[in-house]
Amino acid sequence: MKEITEFSIIERIQYGEHYFSLLLKHPGTLQHIEPGQFVEVAVRGSRDVMLRRPISIHDVDEEANTLSLLIQIVGNGTRQLATLKAGDTLNLIYPLGRGFSGAGQHPLLVGGGAGIAPLLHLAKHYTAKGIRPTILLGGRNEKLIPARDMFKPYGDVLISTDDGSLGERGLVTQHPRFNGEYDQICTCGPTPMMKAVARSAKMRGINCEVSLENTMACGIGACLCCVTETNDGHKCVCKDGPVFDIRGMEKWMNG
Amino acid sequence: MLQTKIHNLTLKNPVMTASGTFGYGEEFTDFIDLSRLGGIIVKGTTGERRQGNPYPRMAETPSGMLNAVGLQNVGVEDFSKKVYPRIKDIDTNILVNVSGSSIEEYCSTAEQIDSLSHIPAIELNISCPNVKKGGMGFGTDPDMAAQVVSEVRKVYHKTLIVKLTPNVTNVTEIAKAVEGAGADSVSLINTMLGMAVDVEHKRPYLSTITGGLSGPCVKPIAVRMVWQVAHAVQIPVIGLGGIMTAADALEFLMVGARAVQVGTANFIDPTVTIKIIEGLEAYCNKHGINDINEIIGII
Repeated sequence: MKEITEFSIIERIQYGEHYFSLLLKHPGTLQHIEPGQFVEVAVRGSRDVMLRRPISIHDVDEEANTLSLLIQIVGNGTRQLATLKAGDTLNLIYPLGRGFSGAGQHPLLVGGGAGIAPLLHLAKHYTAKGIRPTILLGGRNEKLIPARDMFKPYGDVLISTDDGSLGERGLVTQHPRFNGEYDQICTCGPTPMMKAVARSAKMRGINCEVSLENTMACGIGACLCCVTETNDGHKCVCKDGPVFDIRGMEKWMNG
Repeated sequence: MLQTKIHNLTLKNPVMTASGTFGYGEEFTDFIDLSRLGGIIVKGTTGERRQGNPYPRMAETPSGMLNAVGLQNVGVEDFSKKVYPRIKDIDTNILVNVSGSSIEEYCSTAEQIDSLSHIPAIELNISCPNVKKGGMGFGTDPDMAAQVVSEVRKVYHKTLIVKLTPNVTNVTEIAKAVEGAGADSVSLINTMLGMAVDVEHKRPYLSTITGGLSGPCVKPIAVRMVWQVAHAVQIPVIGLGGIMTAADALEFLMVGARAVQVGTANFIDPTVTIKIIEGLEAYCNKHGINDINEIIGII
């Protein structure tokens, strides 16, 4: 069941210039959250920002009743959120959307930019089942791959950067391990990256799930603003996604 | 204390939800008890299923948002067969917003909704700015508006509300025309035609270039138009446009609206309607008002 809750911020970590994370504590009992689900965050104190901002859930600790968000500073909303500090509160609607299936014995998780955020929760989910995922993180340069060290206990972490400042030089799809033996690929990040990953997965006959980041208003399937093309027509990314199996996404993939 | 009437419709309070902002109500059941609402106006329904406009369909603007959803909906047949059975027993007024591209489409859709016993009224949408054919075209010309309303009036026998567009020079002229054609009530305002440009990418934010502006930024315009229309027609007026709080709702009531609709605010706070209802109760208690109708139209 979805709920609106005022969380308290217990920690804020800055990652370089463009990213920060917030560790948030629920006042009572945190609901169960599937990897890939997201929250709608209320932005307060900005003259120009009225709507909530959809942010993927980076990490969850059900015992501690905490969740964390990894946020990229991209516009007025996230710039305002960046001013938050420990001790402040944050109003969330959560848990929203449909997450990753968690299928596969040999999963590859591919993240780009802020799209790496939900992959930590997903990697932990696989690890808890005794499965060690391969995690491939990409970005334009070293500075644009935040919080990468957190992934290390939960999989084999590989890095690609466009400029070669960290890991392999080039796109994630050019990484030598991208073409390894996998039975499931999960990806979140810039649309061109996800489309390239999805097309490759399809060609190789590997199951693949993509997590879309369309602009949203309500987050609960009421406004129909965030739709994506699917084989069954327009679907809400907020309610029918954000995670979609590429078998239903031919039009999106080839669009 | 808060009970009000729109033609034959009794509302337990004047707070309804605006079409296109509240889905079919079901999206909000985790957050609020729907039976506390004065009414729910479900999303715009057309003769056939529609996919709506391509993404991107939304852009946030200062104190508001532009949308260009373009009447994506399941069509009247699926609404009647699949959606209606799920929502018909919600203990509030469930109204259907009826849209179309032609008079025939408006009429056949209204006629099919007429047969649904738990839908006591329709809101005829002659004001959608986001469809190429019909929609707002019917709502910007008094003769066209009167024509579509009088044709629908022939086939629809329950309470007929007509939703007006603000994108006209003289809104009272349209309101009078639809009153003359047999409307039982008018609701206003639908969204204002607007546009926003992404200067980094040198293109409009919306796939349709222009879209409908809603939210607090349109409220003063909406209040003004409701005031004008409430003084120009005899039928009850329903006010909407940027209502976020009970005080906003009270502005509309004081200038003559018998009920209000809450739209964009639902996206920010899914419980906002209940807060507005409770705020209206608190206002009445504070000001010694026994019946909300005492303040309707006092300005």
